This record gives sequence, structure tokens and C-alpha cells, in this order.
Amino acid sequence: MLEMQDSGGTSRRRVLFSLGGAAAVATGLTVVPGLGARLARASETEVTEVIKEMVGEMPAEGAISIDLPEIAENGNTVPLSVEIDAPMTADSYVQDIMVLADGNPSPRVAQFRFTPMNGKASASTRMRLVQTQNVVVVARMSDGQAMMASKQVKVTIGGCGG
Amino acid sequence: MAKIRPRVRVPGKAAAGDVVEIKTLINHTMESGHRKDESGNTIPRQIINRFEALFNGQEFFSVDLHPSVSSNPYISFFAKVDEAGEFTFRWHDDDGSVYEETKSIELA
Repeated sequence: MLEMQDSGGTSRRRVLFSLGGAAAVATGLTVVPGLGARLARASETEVTEVIKEMVGEMPAEGAISIDLPEIAENGNTVPLSVEIDAPMTADSYVQDIMVLADGNPSPRVAQFRFTPMNGKASASTRMRLVQTQNVVVVARMSDGQAMMASKQVKVTIGGCGG
Repeated sequence: MAKIRPRVRVPGKAAAGDVVEIKTLINHTMESGHRKDESGNTIPRQIINRFEALFNGQEFFSVDLHPSVSSNPYISFFAKVDEAGEFTFRWHDDDGSVYEETKSIELA
């Protein structure tokens, strides 16, 4: 059985956003066992940073339909569908849908980029969830407007990349 | 890794203006870079990092994938079909490989 690596999952972003890069790395490596697992996860703050990077500021809650199981027995493959009921015309369409997970080693899961030729702003995939956490979906329209929605998934057996 | 073979399902025919569903799957371990082998060494990351879909040569949909996407990545989406033509699907591997599949569609 392969083991999830705890400390190595620390992302560059986390280090950058910590107080003082080198000091943060040192702290991360010498942390007491048990806390290590927590440090290797993305966090809500990190998700916020990624969202701000993408759309400038935290968008308001919007009508994004997220289809995810309430309880995922196997975190290795959690089915996800996202859909926005919006016209897909050359003048106005859904441009991106970004999926983030606030409890995984890195928050980014996938970014779907649409065009009017999609006809419908809808996509599905399967994702890994290491533990019970929130899946956050951010959408950006062609006029730059953004919105977000989130859903919690309870994970029975965590997906650790296997 | 087993030979990588993409699979795509596209309807063979559609009426002009129809929005059709496209389902894709590719066998790939999506090695996250977060795992260790038996001797404690980190297994290097190797994932499909990008998927793109084109119709008659024009890209109309793409996905950036990260290690949190499950192995054998499945992606489904829609396309509005206004004319007959050929879909091209491409998966980009971290190792530089590109896997491609094509499917044609006729107007009913």
C-alpha cells in the first residue's frame, strides 16, 4: 500500500503566502507529528487566494448547479458535474468554470474553458478528495462577471492519489 | 504504464443546431506527485495536464487538469452542431506526449 506523503504536499503558494518563505519551510518540516497532515492540505485561505488571482475579488454566490455526492465512499473517484443555466451566444457566454477543493494538498482541481460553440455551460469529470471538505466552483462570464458556489462532500475513505 | 488509448463517444448524426453530449476517457495513472513508493521515495508527478476539443480545426473547449483529477480522467461536455465535420480531441501528458482522437459527425 502506498502512503500519502504529508510534508511534500505543501504547495509553493502556501509557502509564499506564509510569513517569510524560508522560515515557513523550516517550521513546516519541524512541526510536531499529527499537525503535519493538516499543513499539507490546502486551506480556505488558499482557496480564497486562488479565486482572487482568477477573478480579482471574491465573487457573490450565484446560480451554479454542482452535482456531487453528499457522501463519497471512495475519495479516489468522486463524480462531479457543474452546470450554469446561461445563454451561450457570441455576445454573452460562460467563459470559465474553475473547480477547487479546500482540503486537498493543492486546491486546484480543474478549469473548464467554454465558448459559445459548447451550446451549454456544462461539464463533468471525476475528482480525488483526500478528506471531507468543501468543493468550491467559480464561474466567469465573457463580460468579466464572476460568481461562486460550494458544496461539502463527506469522504469515508480518502483518495490519496492511487 | 499500459498503452494509453483515448476513448470518445460522439453521436454519429445530429440535426443542425442540436447540442450534443461528448464523453471522453483516457487511461492514465494521473500520478499526483504526492505519493511515496515502498522505500519512501516520492513518486514523480505525471498527469494529463490539458485536454482540448476542436471542431473543424477550431478549438471550442479545453480543460486544465491538476493532480486532484482522478486516474483515467473522464471529461464530458457539450457541443452545438451547426454543420457536418470532424472533432479532434487532444490530451497533453506531463512528459510531453500528446494523445489524439478524431470523430466525425453528419447532419441528420
